[in-house]
Amino acid sequence: MSGRVFLLGDGVSTDAIMPGRYNVTTDPDALRRACLIEARPDFVETVQPGDVIVAGRNFGCGSSREHAPLSIKRNGVAAVIAASFARIFYRNAVNIGLPVIRCADAHRVLRDGDEVTVDALTGTIATRTTTLHGEPPSGVALRIIEAGSLVELIRRGGGWSALEERRVS
Amino acid sequence: MGTITEELFSRRLGRPVHAGDTVIAEVDVAMAHDVTGPLAIEAFRTLGLPLWDARRIVFSFDHVMPANTVAAAELHRVIREFCVEHTITNLFAEGICHQVMVDRRLARPGGIVVGADSHSTTYGALGCFATGLGSTDIGVVFATGKTWFRIPETIRIDVRGALPPGVYAKDLALHVIAQMGADGADYCAVEWGGEAVAAMSVDERLTLCNLSTDFGAKTGIVEPDSVTFAHAGGEPVELPPVRPDYARTLVVDAARLRPQVAVHPSIDNVHDIDDVSGTPLDEVFIGSCTNGRLSDLAIAASILSGRTVHPRTRTIVVPASRGVYLDALSAGYIEIFARAGALVLNPGCGPCLGRQHGVVGPGERVLSTSNRNYPGRMGSPDAQIFLASPAVAAASAFAGAITDPATLEPVA
Repeated sequence: MSGRVFLLGDGVSTDAIMPGRYNVTTDPDALRRACLIEARPDFVETVQPGDVIVAGRNFGCGSSREHAPLSIKRNGVAAVIAASFARIFYRNAVNIGLPVIRCADAHRVLRDGDEVTVDALTGTIATRTTTLHGEPPSGVALRIIEAGSLVELIRRGGGWSALEERRVS
Repeated sequence: MGTITEELFSRRLGRPVHAGDTVIAEVDVAMAHDVTGPLAIEAFRTLGLPLWDARRIVFSFDHVMPANTVAAAELHRVIREFCVEHTITNLFAEGICHQVMVDRRLARPGGIVVGADSHSTTYGALGCFATGLGSTDIGVVFATGKTWFRIPETIRIDVRGALPPGVYAKDLALHVIAQMGADGADYCAVEWGGEAVAAMSVDERLTLCNLSTDFGAKTGIVEPDSVTFAHAGGEPVELPPVRPDYARTLVVDAARLRPQVAVHPSIDNVHDIDDVSGTPLDEVFIGSCTNGRLSDLAIAASILSGRTVHPRTRTIVVPASRGVYLDALSAGYIEIFARAGALVLNPGCGPCLGRQHGVVGPGERVLSTSNRNYPGRMGSPDAQIFLASPAVAAASAFAGAITDPATLEPVA
């Protein structure tokens, strides 16, 4: 999938992605409109399906609010690529089927507005001049991604049995 | 023998597990609050599975309690109806979820507890494995009682010696966060130990484990001891980590610590108080799941007794829970705060997350005893948030500027 890069910095918190004044709702469209509303006010107006967010370290730190990855997904973002992710954000993104790729260099190599082609399953990030190899989810997270979401994985299996039988490791 | 985390999971699963293993384990309790709860309920409903165990599911109205908007009231309605439908009686509106979990003995030593809030690490202070998850994960627990865990490596924080007078668990945690960085414990368990931690009350240990998530930890944990069981009651759980294999050990000399202040815009931007003293303040907030407990209010009251807060500094005090509120009333602290000119609000999350009251405006400076100073956390992204102990907060409220309590003249 191809799209443009929205470049963000280090330590983008879930408060920056979805300020606490905007997530007192489960309405998907209200959440979509509030995405990065203060940290990147042009985001919601200009983002197109297939665009990607590229950031530095500790993306999604802070509150467990799943409203943050939901709002990114609802804007049609194809993947979030970051040097590192905060634990709960990463898990939430995987659970709802928002592709996440760890890549140490993307935020240094790519510039805001660059056109990139991203393969969320292999972690490959390509521009016209360079190709970066990020780390896509693996293990249980990959199983969830393959199923589409955690809810789908559990719903289809009637519980955790599919994963328990494999003695996940 | 492994780390405390390895021991807890090995017991739960009936087989030895080690850091790096991925396991699916049953939890003891799953908690959600008024903002994360409705999304968890949506996930649960989509699964179409029966409820796991009504007795082990907990909801707490705290982030927007009482509701300040129609939207917030709607979230409460969704949760109330879900609890009626599934005969869930653990629905509380009496303070911050994490303090309610402690007050009501819902988090127990030796247990595994998950909550749809990042500060669910708090209960590790009672010697359980406690971690925060998102709403979907918690919704799946509502149906299955289980979730998946990657057993984390453990970082040991070994705090030697004794904290000096006027230096508290909050200062220790901020100092450690400064050493480690805001993502320094990513995906790890943080085990707090050593003489200074052994000497701490449960309240102070809760502060340490609460702040563990704010440098990335999956859980904060304190080995349960006589202090834990005096608080929790019940039979002591033996957890002897004989030669635990720590990923890293950080040694802290407690005696050298000074009061610490985390300065806008990140929690690892920590300074000795002398570097920032004199910074004028528009607001002081004393409360939160980090520092809204009785011992915190006692410290603040001891400083504000016989004093009044500075006219330029609106001062907001929020007991963490109804239990804390009642104890603070009995002890006379609430009257001290009211006479000092502070606004005492109902138990809950208060101004911490800029959602309900005490919201800060552009260009304002606020000193808070809470846990996050990200831009926009407490209101305007152009406000500056400083984090410190209740002692520094109370002294600063009086002086109208960041102040080391040790420098205050005695009350005449």
